[in-house]
Amino acid sequence: MSMADRTRPDFRILDRVVNGRPLVFLDSAASSQKPASVLEAMNRYYEESHANVHRSIHTLGEEATQLYEGARDAVRAFIGAGSREEIVFTRGTTEGINLIAQAVGRTLVPGDEIVVTELEHHSNLIPWQMLCRDRGVQLRAVPVQDGTHLDLAAFERLLSPRTRVVAFAHVSNVLGTINPVAEMTRRAHAAGALVLVDGAQAVPHLSVDVSALGVDFYVFSGHKMLGPTGIGVLYGRRPVLETLEPAWGGGEMIKEVWIDHAQWNDLPWRFEPGTPPIAPAIGLHAAVEYLEKLGMAQVAAHEQAITARCLDALSAIAGVTIYGPRNPEMKGAVVAFNIDGIHPHDGAALLDERGIAVRAGFHCAQPLMRRLGVGGALRASFSVYTSPSDVDRLAAAVAGIRRDL
Amino acid sequence: MALYSDVIKERYRRPRFRGRLDAPDALFEDVNPLCGDRMRIELAVRDGRVTDARFTGDSCAISAAAADLLIEAVRGRTLEEALALGVPDVLERLDADIRPSRMKCVALPVDVLHGALAGHGAAR
Repeated sequence: MSMADRTRPDFRILDRVVNGRPLVFLDSAASSQKPASVLEAMNRYYEESHANVHRSIHTLGEEATQLYEGARDAVRAFIGAGSREEIVFTRGTTEGINLIAQAVGRTLVPGDEIVVTELEHHSNLIPWQMLCRDRGVQLRAVPVQDGTHLDLAAFERLLSPRTRVVAFAHVSNVLGTINPVAEMTRRAHAAGALVLVDGAQAVPHLSVDVSALGVDFYVFSGHKMLGPTGIGVLYGRRPVLETLEPAWGGGEMIKEVWIDHAQWNDLPWRFEPGTPPIAPAIGLHAAVEYLEKLGMAQVAAHEQAITARCLDALSAIAGVTIYGPRNPEMKGAVVAFNIDGIHPHDGAALLDERGIAVRAGFHCAQPLMRRLGVGGALRASFSVYTSPSDVDRLAAAVAGIRRDL
Repeated sequence: MALYSDVIKERYRRPRFRGRLDAPDALFEDVNPLCGDRMRIELAVRDGRVTDARFTGDSCAISAAAADLLIEAVRGRTLEEALALGVPDVLERLDADIRPSRMKCVALPVDVLHGALAGHGAAR
């Protein structure tokens, strides 16, 4: 029984009929669907145990705290972090990057440099741009080579004693390229820089071990990995987190407060001001358990097979241009493409008329699209529930699309 | 009603007013912030009337059809009548089920036309 056959009963939304056709959901890289166990875990919490965490000296408060902190332990184990102090809950990848940009930003001085790459999602570009503007810091970008991968020789040349932060995606959300995180981290550390990796497109699809990768910060979102929206994770290497001032202030992130000063709380709560997203954290815990039950190696193999099938099917259609690496072993579960003579938004709308959901446009990566020389693209992306027949229906629709416009 | 009506397909495949004028009296260019599509409209104006118009730009079928229909509607009108043409006039002619997410595609040529008319007024 294939992975899709086993998982599909857990995703009721996939039974939907859209525009008269059974839904084919190929937009999981934007946000995945959620299995019943995730929804049930959050519902059960709200129906049985909801109260605020950490402060409440009553039964519900203690249950809620236990569930919330239990999610932290599950995430720690899932990504191979050394201790629970290294797992900070955020609202998502974007918030995690902004948090680090602000916290690390306080230590930067004019003349310092930050290195990003041309294939970044805007969420791993704009926070650094804002920081550069505020602190008089220079932003450098590693170019993309051959439309598929980062130019590592250029990366080496960009690094210098002035480089303070290197920020890049583990997996490109457009090309699918898997960047050599451990290798790039080694080089950045040799230059004395901190490393932040945007793992939003990696954690749902690959087995990730942040300790083995050696990165300083690793950020990702719950909603792309079968969890709910409103929850994200910031992994921070403990000796680095300990040196950082909190980005934001509020309740819960302090130990003692006077009118004119305060003493910060311990890790990880120092970076979690205010009431956290409790129910989403509990949902994320259930999502982690779901993925662990499937096994991340099996998930990766399943999605690689789907990606290979999609690459084969689309490249056999005249007038289709595919972006990114052609070798499915070298990419995540996304295939970006264009149909000659069809605007991506028309393409996506015509596919939607056949019940097929894909993403269209810039994919929040305008500098990359400019480098590729395209105004936009279609993107099909896959998850544990994507079946070979989903991909076959996409290919059949793409083949016929030019007749319809 | 389908999103891609026969009107849209026909206008997209065989636009009647795609191109440029030899010596336009007014022109304007703008971008759809949703997708980055760029559109340009050129106008010929005589005695307070739009005597001719053309559009150019790489755009989706909806924007292209909307521009073609809008230009057909604007030719021969006084400047005042031209300014009064809006998104509802184009929607009526498109005869399609335009969703909120694609409304900007219809609005783009209307905004560009208004820009060209405003530019002409300012120049006089």
